[in-house]
Amino acid sequence: MEIDQGFIDKDRRGFIEKVLRGSLKGSLLLLIPMHSDLFAQVLNEEKDKIISLIDPKDTRKNYAFMVDVGACIGCGSCCVADRKENHVPEGSYRTWVERYVIDIYNTVYVDAPNGGEDGYTHMREDIKEPIKNAFYVPKLCNMCQEPSCVQVCPVAATFKTPDGFVLVDSTHCVACGYCVQACPYGVRFINNETHTADKCTWCYHRVSKGKLPACVNACPTGARKFGDLNDPNSEVAKIYNSKKILKVLKKQLGNEPVLYYLGANEEVI
Amino acid sequence: MELLNYVYPNDIHAHWSLMIVIYPYITGVVAGAFIVSALAHVFHVKALQPVAKFALIFALSWALFVTAPLLNHLGHPERALNMLFTPNFVGPSMMSGFGYIYMSYSILLIFEILVIYRYELTVMKQSMSGAKRLLYDLLTLGTNDATQESRKRDHKVAFVLAAIGIPLACTLHGYVGFIFGAVKSVDWWFTPLMPIIFLLSASVSGIAGMILFYIGIKKITGKIHEIPTETIKTMVQLLWAFFIFDFLFEMIEIAVHAYGGTEGWHVIKAALSGPLYFSFWTMQVKILSVIPFIALMILSLKNVSRNTLLLVAPIVSFMLLAQVLFMRWNVVIGGQVMAKSERGFAVFHPQFWEKEGIAVTIVMLVAPIVTLWVLSKIFPLWESKIDKEF
Repeated sequence: MEIDQGFIDKDRRGFIEKVLRGSLKGSLLLLIPMHSDLFAQVLNEEKDKIISLIDPKDTRKNYAFMVDVGACIGCGSCCVADRKENHVPEGSYRTWVERYVIDIYNTVYVDAPNGGEDGYTHMREDIKEPIKNAFYVPKLCNMCQEPSCVQVCPVAATFKTPDGFVLVDSTHCVACGYCVQACPYGVRFINNETHTADKCTWCYHRVSKGKLPACVNACPTGARKFGDLNDPNSEVAKIYNSKKILKVLKKQLGNEPVLYYLGANEEVI
Repeated sequence: MELLNYVYPNDIHAHWSLMIVIYPYITGVVAGAFIVSALAHVFHVKALQPVAKFALIFALSWALFVTAPLLNHLGHPERALNMLFTPNFVGPSMMSGFGYIYMSYSILLIFEILVIYRYELTVMKQSMSGAKRLLYDLLTLGTNDATQESRKRDHKVAFVLAAIGIPLACTLHGYVGFIFGAVKSVDWWFTPLMPIIFLLSASVSGIAGMILFYIGIKKITGKIHEIPTETIKTMVQLLWAFFIFDFLFEMIEIAVHAYGGTEGWHVIKAALSGPLYFSFWTMQVKILSVIPFIALMILSLKNVSRNTLLLVAPIVSFMLLAQVLFMRWNVVIGGQVMAKSERGFAVFHPQFWEKEGIAVTIVMLVAPIVTLWVLSKIFPLWESKIDKEF
């Protein structure tokens, strides 16, 4: 199409005026809340199509993460896999593995050098008394049903998806750090590359494609389990529905985590 | 419980820095100073009239810097307005309302100042020309009305604004306390007393700041004889009254925690006898609370000489300003030092030269004082003949 350059040049003022008026009127439409018959009509016509697109099973997913404390060997593969999968900067941890050592006088020694990422290849040498128990406890986001971090975020950059994942919109986060303070489990940090809040997502990007979280995939002993509690054939549902005793962390805070620990001692916080 | 120092790996260093220590500090001075001006303008406390205008300008000079430490702390300060545009009222986030409350308060404070000063500036500008005249025209919103009727109208408006301002100033600071008091994951913060303690300590810091600067400025300008004894005496009594309740609630909080003896208390107790011992017991409580408390009691109840009053009041005020700063430190840093692992302490070592370091903190605390000096060139700080006529 040929543009009449002459016309635009001649009547530049009029042209700009028209553009401004148009955009003003257009923006008014955004301000006035309208009951849209058209939108309702479109919705109605497309209703069947939209419903057919949604997999009815999807809406009934009830994801859970389980950690079998007895099965963890503290190799750190999960942490390595997570750092690689999610490009977590050094010095910050989306997941880590703690080593618990309890002596015969019930003194509890906990450590997690470099988040346990290098594997626990050496014994602790600073414990003088005989040891009665020792185990590893992997930690990650608890995906609370009542997440403190979502509650406190001043700009609503962190949110809960309909299928229960607590995520951060890094393009909206102001990095005030309130969520870092509010998380009872210490799983949040300010990513020093993006300068926004960051945390474990249970590999939402993988799960939404039907894959397992990277750490679950990497675990050689099956200590990390992930699945749908509504699927009776899933491993997590079988454990959940069995007589085995499951524990969530800091239950008294009322955050209702869906990260369950199987065989975790009283000492695990 | 023996703490063998294990801290979750993301929590090893306290994340909220000195910036978050001075943010409630600055807000507190603002709220406290406004209360003094309100006592004069709304409750007509005669003895406070000489500092009624000073209180407003003092509040403004600090109010202008409330957001400075916050913006410096944010990882993405360019997104700060998200707090106004997409506030999380569903949570609801205790922080998301701050932008609105701070904005409303600032607007109210500026209008209160413009209304209170309108008549005086209108009279003053008659003898001015050029840029100065333009500035004063702007500040008086272009009016030249110097009639007594207009003055009466101003006073009515100022009364209403100050009356709205009292709950707003209290909200502003009580709210800052709520930001901490609502965090259940930190036992040291999670108490309903937190907003009350913040409000009372805000009043203490605001009044103390005013006494210190009132006497300080008058002394430097060689006009100390102009200070009415009654005014300082009233301010000292007011300071004592607020400090009684402030100190009382600070101690009640500890007492209830200690008596309750929950798991949270074991962590708090370990921190108060460990990394926080010096900053809490030695500084905040023993040196900076007990000594000023006794000094204020004597100044308030005994018939001390004017010279003693003018000498001791600023020293005590300085100590209380420091007390409140230590209190902010102990709350903000203390709460983070008590690690969520419940098995150890996080560390916080501010550097002198860093983005949120000591140097920047000092600059941010000095900036309001410089601003006060600049504002004093525009707004006459003290009660003038014109004020007394009315």
